[in-house]
Amino acid sequence: MQPINQMKLEFSSKSSNEGFARVVAAAFVSQVDPTIEEMADVKTAVSEAVTNAIIHGYENLGGLVKMECVLYRDGVEIFVEDEGEGISDINLARQPMYTSKPDMERSGMGFTVMESFMDNVEVVSEIGKGTKVSMYKKFKSIKKQVLGDS
Amino acid sequence: MKISYKGSTLIAGVIGELDHHSAEYIREKVDCELIKATTKNVIFDFSKVTFMDSSGIGVIMGRFKNVKKLNGKLSVTNVSEQMMRIFEMSGLLKVIPTYDSIDVAIKKM
Repeated sequence: MQPINQMKLEFSSKSSNEGFARVVAAAFVSQVDPTIEEMADVKTAVSEAVTNAIIHGYENLGGLVKMECVLYRDGVEIFVEDEGEGISDINLARQPMYTSKPDMERSGMGFTVMESFMDNVEVVSEIGKGTKVSMYKKFKSIKKQVLGDS
Repeated sequence: MKISYKGSTLIAGVIGELDHHSAEYIREKVDCELIKATTKNVIFDFSKVTFMDSSGIGVIMGRFKNVKKLNGKLSVTNVSEQMMRIFEMSGLLKVIPTYDSIDVAIKKM
């Protein structure tokens, strides 16, 4: 399927940008008219990925977080990338309740939330180079509408 | 955040978005109340929360541990469907009760 629109955004790894990034992503996908729930799912997943980049990628130090959204008629692909620390054991990081920062009261649920709110989540990471999270969500409500119309 | 009391129960009405950015403020504010000798239990009211991600789980679990040290109870009220999904997947519901209203939560304290 051909993308119908795409965007790229770069912002400082500041916690105040977590809200900014998820609102931008939600506004961008709203063009194809997903349901409120689907939009909330995207917002939550983006929030988790961006928070990870800020807390773990850059360890609250400076750096730029990149977010890219590729929009399809019935879904969206979202990439969140940092050039920070990188993850040494991706499988461990994806485990529910696992956190490398228990002292910060992190729940260790970030990847689990992304996985359950999106249809596909892939993580590529290299120590010292950074981490890229790729997520895809299909807007099932839109498929139903198209089928209903035909 | 709106702070109020019913006896020794603190009612922490979180307002707006609960993410990593706002978590620090909420954490400090509630812990500050928990230091007071009169505070024993905590009710987190989420009726005015417009967004929550997994950072919210960390905040609630952290306060739950602190309340337990005081032999108190902690519950959460008015949790939206979206937030309830995060509550469920985190296992939070196994240890923390949720209620549809503050009144019910107070009765169960």
